[in-house]
Amino acid sequence: MLFMNMSPQMLQLLVWLIPIPPIAAFFIILLFTRGNKLASDLVAVGAILLTWVIAVLVLIAALLMPHLGEEPIQASFLWLPLGEASGFRMGTLVDPLGAVMLFFVPLTASMIFIYSTGYMASGSYWTEVKGEAHGTESHGSDEHGEVAIDSAGRKVTRFDATRWKARFMAFIGLFAGAMLLLSVADNLLMLFIGWEIMGLCSYLLIGFWHNRIYPNQPKRITPVGASIKAFMTTRVGDVFMLLGIAWLYSFTGTLSFRDILYNPEVLNALNTPAFPNIPALYPMSVAEAIGVLLFIGTIGKSAQFPLHTWLPDAMEGPTPVSAMIHAATMVSAGVYLIIRMFPLMTVGWDGHHLTLPMQAMTVIGAFTALFAATIATAQRDIKKVLAYSTISQLGYMVAAVGIGAYVAAAFHLMTHAIFKALLFMGSGSVIHAVEHGEEHAHHHGHHFPVDFDAQDMFNMGGLWKKIPVTAWTFLIGGLALSGFPLVTAGFWSKDEILADAWAHQPIVFWVLAAAAFLTAFYTMRQIGLTFAGQPRTPAAEEATQRDWRMNLPLVVLAVFAIFAGYVGVHEEFPVLGHLLGGNFFHRFVGSTLLVEPEKLPFDWTPVLLSVGIALSGLLVGWLVYIVKPLKAGQSDPLARLLGPIYTLLENKYYFDELYDLIFVRPARWFAEKIVYLLLDRGVIDGFLHFVARTFEWLAFRNKDFDTYIVNGAGDGVAEGIGNLGDSFKYVQSGRVQQYLAVVALGVLMLAGVFAWALFLR
Amino acid sequence: MIPLHWYLLVAAGLFVLGLYGVLARRNAVAILMSIELMLNAVNINLVAFWRYLAPEALNGQVFAVFVFAVAAAEAAVGLALIISIYRNRQTVIAEDVNMLKW
Amino acid sequence: MTITPVTIAFAIMAIFALGGGLGVVANRNLVHAALFLVLSLFGIAGLFVLLEAPFLAAVQVLVYVGAISVLITITIMVTRRIMGITETINRQWPVAAIAAALTLVTLGFVILSQFSGQMPVADVPPDTIARMGAAFASHQGYMLPFEVASVLLLAALIGAIVVARD
Repeated sequence: MLFMNMSPQMLQLLVWLIPIPPIAAFFIILLFTRGNKLASDLVAVGAILLTWVIAVLVLIAALLMPHLGEEPIQASFLWLPLGEASGFRMGTLVDPLGAVMLFFVPLTASMIFIYSTGYMASGSYWTEVKGEAHGTESHGSDEHGEVAIDSAGRKVTRFDATRWKARFMAFIGLFAGAMLLLSVADNLLMLFIGWEIMGLCSYLLIGFWHNRIYPNQPKRITPVGASIKAFMTTRVGDVFMLLGIAWLYSFTGTLSFRDILYNPEVLNALNTPAFPNIPALYPMSVAEAIGVLLFIGTIGKSAQFPLHTWLPDAMEGPTPVSAMIHAATMVSAGVYLIIRMFPLMTVGWDGHHLTLPMQAMTVIGAFTALFAATIATAQRDIKKVLAYSTISQLGYMVAAVGIGAYVAAAFHLMTHAIFKALLFMGSGSVIHAVEHGEEHAHHHGHHFPVDFDAQDMFNMGGLWKKIPVTAWTFLIGGLALSGFPLVTAGFWSKDEILADAWAHQPIVFWVLAAAAFLTAFYTMRQIGLTFAGQPRTPAAEEATQRDWRMNLPLVVLAVFAIFAGYVGVHEEFPVLGHLLGGNFFHRFVGSTLLVEPEKLPFDWTPVLLSVGIALSGLLVGWLVYIVKPLKAGQSDPLARLLGPIYTLLENKYYFDELYDLIFVRPARWFAEKIVYLLLDRGVIDGFLHFVARTFEWLAFRNKDFDTYIVNGAGDGVAEGIGNLGDSFKYVQSGRVQQYLAVVALGVLMLAGVFAWALFLR
Repeated sequence: MIPLHWYLLVAAGLFVLGLYGVLARRNAVAILMSIELMLNAVNINLVAFWRYLAPEALNGQVFAVFVFAVAAAEAAVGLALIISIYRNRQTVIAEDVNMLKW
Repeated sequence: MTITPVTIAFAIMAIFALGGGLGVVANRNLVHAALFLVLSLFGIAGLFVLLEAPFLAAVQVLVYVGAISVLITITIMVTRRIMGITETINRQWPVAAIAAALTLVTLGFVILSQFSGQMPVADVPPDTIARMGAAFASHQGYMLPFEVASVLLLAALIGAIVVARD
């Protein structure tokens, strides 16, 4: 086994190599293979598989190292020197937590890449025709290339969604590279770099179909709007995060994880009051303040309340993007941050009284988990359900960190990434199947400028027989999400969180348990509406999907969704505990911290409670939606039951409208009226015009000076002399008597002088 | 006896009258007549000074004689010129003879 | 100042001289002006007599009155034109008047300051005229100027003839 003989330098080099292939793929595709879809696919998939291989190698080496927590694989170099002894460093770090990231990130990314090559190979959407209809926009699905007029009077035509496939592969390559960069980073600066690149990629990918519009649906957000919304909202969080990073650097002089988090002296130093001059804030320590600031970054990136509004609208991006962003990578990065900074968050924690960031995380995480779960129960769009489900599950993880369940949070992060990616890809498969079905059904029909919503679950039904692979894998994923006992990974990870909550913060347990019930319920609702019963529309009737590039990743992830949880089974769990070698995950990940987190004794109560809640939720859902599946045209039974509450849930508690009123409209008004009209056009342009006019005026005055004064002087002298001569010529009149008169006067003058000189003196 | 300055004043008066006539009269002959007046005034001056200041010398009278001669010559030539101008230009007004001008 | 006959004679002669001069300058009629000139010249001859230079008085009458005045009169006759009444004096007469006045003032000033009340220093010798005649013919005298004056007269004569001929 070659990795037995691998030297430390070799290992460090391999770690550096991990983020590079996808980023290289990004450049290669954009520069060289942009015109060739197949080449781009191969470059991207090849790169990510290469990364996966290297990551697996590093992972195995790391697992074999006895004290990875104390002696991780690390390397760094001075990147930006600032003065004699300080500066910013770049480096890599693979400790147990990092190894966990290296396990699931390349795995899910690879599956998503392969899936993308299949998913992005078909599809079309409405777009606005600007100017003349060239007809070049409409090669693709609509064979007639016809243009229709929507209710707002715009000319719209179908656009081929596969045109930019190469660009897509490049972007997700960059995205994966950024996530891996973040995962192997050994300091906050490099983490932040990866974080921001992912923010950019989310903008690029959510708004990937940037020319897509929804005719006749004026209220619906377009991909462009959604991408801006995502970027702006996460930006809010990023600002506070950067403040926290800056404060940390100025306080400790470093951003390296090992130097801060694994170092008792630094951690103690951070336990000093942050605002000594403000009595009301006296108890807050520097660590707490920084922790809260960093957590705000997570609130943005992981879509916790109140910065959650961007994630559901981010479903406007192609489904592989949703899988990538909202399952495997980006939102996970937010949770990874707070797990990584756990020692900082827990400075001053004595095991009972939570520190300020922990309190914040607990409250916000638990609230978000329940809040999002309630919204998910009333959604019609298959992807929106999963979006709110993601928000809810992230809330679980945040709350777990908040109550101090370090290992449980990391565990759930891992398992959630796997089954959520599976669910998203499954939903994508469903959507594609229904779209194909719609094409078949309307083959001889007429396209009206109305989108048949292939994502609306009420247009589906009976897909179990049509797309069995998707159906089975979706079921496995859904059960994992619900926490179906024993055979799904989700059960083990969610259970550990609940056990920890039961032991330390019972209120949190009940909130999370309620959320778990709802999770199970809406999962069953989703499965029932989508797959059970009879097809409710002709599209569902003719739905079909047979692409191996989409089905293979589903199967692979389904396997992991079942078996990945077995690394974290509690040692005292009957039968399986000993069989699976005790809680390897806990030992492994726990060694990341200076002080290994406590291992709770096995308690049946929370286990049975959670099992009961999960099963009852599944049962209720099954009864409502599967026993008597909905027929075409039938409305949601839940709507009849909840009445106005259902409308409230369906409209997401109207938070989007609230934020629009409070933040978006004033910001746009300010941008237009103040910055654009007043400052840009008025002040800056006005100043420039003023300067230009002044100089123009000066130039003209210069010209005048030249014409009148300079020329005037020159010509004037000549002219003056000429005029002088002209006036003097009249002296010569030709009249003798005049000459004589002058002579007489002259003589007189002389005589006078002589007379005065001779006779008067 | 008559003081010298009476004679001198008379001569001065004649001279000034002659000067005024030379400068102010239009007719060329009148101008010549004025010139004669001036010359006569000079003569009076000469003789008066001879009589009162140096009667033994002859200079005064001799000078006056020569003045007579020159005056006569000049009058002759001048009048001949006036006649010639009259023949060519039909005018004896000095102002009208102004061809040597700008 | 005692009024002697000499004084009265002087006064009369002075009036003739100055009055005649005024008439020459001011008279519109040229013939009248010529006649006034004759009167003035007679007055000057009288003054010469009073100054005990009888020879010059005679020469004055002979040359000036006899020859020059006649010449002037002839010229007036020859150059007379039948034309409208013309001005006697020209446009620059103010300048002339000023020049004349200033000259008078200057001369008067000098005369009165230097020679006021001057009386004859000596008597005139009785043989003045004889001596003058001898001086005109002697080498130590004025023979040369005399001859030059003759040449001048000759030249004037010839010149006048030439000019007046065309």
